[in-house]
Amino acid sequence: MTAPPSLLVEDLAFAYPDGHQALFGVDLRIERGERVALLGPNGAGKTTLVLHLNGILRGGRGQVTVAGLPVGRDHLQEIRRRVGIVFQDPDDQLFMPTVGEDVAFGPRNLGLPEEEVAARVAEALDQVGMAGVADRPPHHLSFGQRRRVAVATVLSMHPEILVLDEPSSNLDPAGRRELAEVLESLPVTVLMVTHDLPYALQLCPRSVVLDGGVVVADGPTRRLLADADLLARHRLELPYGFAPDRV
Amino acid sequence: MGAGHGGVLGAAYVVGSSPVHRLEPHLKLVAVLGFALVVVATPVAAPWAWGAYAAYLALVLGVAALAGVGHRRLARGLVVEVPFVAFALLLPVVSQGPRVDVAGLSLSVSGLTAAGGLLAKATLSVLAATVLAATTEPRALLRGLERLRLPSPLVQILMFMFRYADVVGGELRRMRVARESRGFRGRHLGALKVLGPAAGSLFIRSYERGERVHLAMLSRGYGGRMPAGPAVAAPAQAWLAALALPLAAAAVLASGLLLG
Ligand SMILES: Nc1ncnc2c1ncn2[C@@H]1O[C@H](COP(=O)(O)OP(=O)(O)OP(=O)(O)O)[C@@H](O)[C@H]1O
Ligand SMILES: [Mg+2]
Repeated sequence: MTAPPSLLVEDLAFAYPDGHQALFGVDLRIERGERVALLGPNGAGKTTLVLHLNGILRGGRGQVTVAGLPVGRDHLQEIRRRVGIVFQDPDDQLFMPTVGEDVAFGPRNLGLPEEEVAARVAEALDQVGMAGVADRPPHHLSFGQRRRVAVATVLSMHPEILVLDEPSSNLDPAGRRELAEVLESLPVTVLMVTHDLPYALQLCPRSVVLDGGVVVADGPTRRLLADADLLARHRLELPYGFAPDRV
Repeated sequence: MGAGHGGVLGAAYVVGSSPVHRLEPHLKLVAVLGFALVVVATPVAAPWAWGAYAAYLALVLGVAALAGVGHRRLARGLVVEVPFVAFALLLPVVSQGPRVDVAGLSLSVSGLTAAGGLLAKATLSVLAATVLAATTEPRALLRGLERLRLPSPLVQILMFMFRYADVVGGELRRMRVARESRGFRGRHLGALKVLGPAAGSLFIRSYERGERVHLAMLSRGYGGRMPAGPAVAAPAQAWLAALALPLAAAAVLASGLLLG
């Protein structure tokens, strides 16, 4: 028997309480160990989709399944362990007084014993190259360091799938590269929301384009980025001088 | 981004490794509270009251010296007392009862005593609290409050205040820079028309940030209670060391009450 896909989204539709319909039937299947970029213009519904993956938003049509477990009221805690969401602003993600306590927040919510929590904190900080900052307050770290610590705060829960909302935004080029190295080294399934097309090409063999609340393209990143018509139709633009076939 | 090393609220802490620094935060909190209670319980009207205040003062200054907290730091701590001073200065003027003439002013005797007592008590308590703040990191203080079973929502509110003071402060600063970069100068009454909405927008921004933080917490399995970290029981010696201050103060009070 093969392992179930890390993520299965079937016919997901959702309207916000004010009546604004953000998703109109999204289908998406991500296999274990895949790294997938989620592309799309502002307002396409990317963040709305992400908030459905761990059941923060619910109640529309359709179904989300994480490694075989349907997202629903019954086992939210286990779903939130399996889906590690890293939000865009690390200041939202890091709310505890110290880095170590923040990375421990998830595992403690899972009710793990203290030795296990300590081991997971050390492991997660090590995975993002931030071992040794456990006792520092988050606001003493650089923005790039905070972003990497934010990744550690969900890695410590041993997620099935890591979901990142615009991980490269506001990073300087070195911070951007360091984060890429971290993400490449992680042995987990990754779904990465981004406007940074070269970053998608560098990290994700496969991309999905969302626009107007539906998936409009799904395929190898290199092929999608070479399709000038597709990009133009969905307000996606490569940086000046960037040619995907020459990378 | 913050003001100084520990951010806005961390500014009170003085780095060190004295015995006072090393004491468990919840013990120090109990000690300061106990000391303040003894100070407040000392009757101002008693003939030995001022002797007792002097003894308390010697005790706090002793602990401050042990902790390596300098006079300047202590004096800065006393700034929070200013509103009390203003109130105390009013008391002799507005109080009833027998009066004395001081420099042409008719002052109430009971008012004078009350004002003196108020000032002495406030000063002593603030000094003790200043030593506490100077020897305990804010987050350690929070952990102390938690261990003393302060209701969890209260501790969480304080924790978020500490964590986000810098972030909100930074937002405030950026908004001010943006205003002034476009020629705004808040010098006249008309400025209120601009500053009012600015305060409102800071509130909205902070509120929205609160919502986003809450989402991030839910996403990591938050269910309404802060998960507790490891807690080691404090040994008896630590309790004894911490309680030395309030116990000594209580001894002074007791001898005053019994012998005075
Ligand atoms: N809380 C809300 N209430 C009502 N409508 C909302 C809410 N949040 C988002 N929307 C709307 O839903 C649509 C999708 O928003 P969403 O935030 O998912 O887009 P996005 O793809 O993440 O965009 P961006 O690239 O700007 O982050 C937008 O039209 C947006 O205005
Ligand atoms: Mg978004």
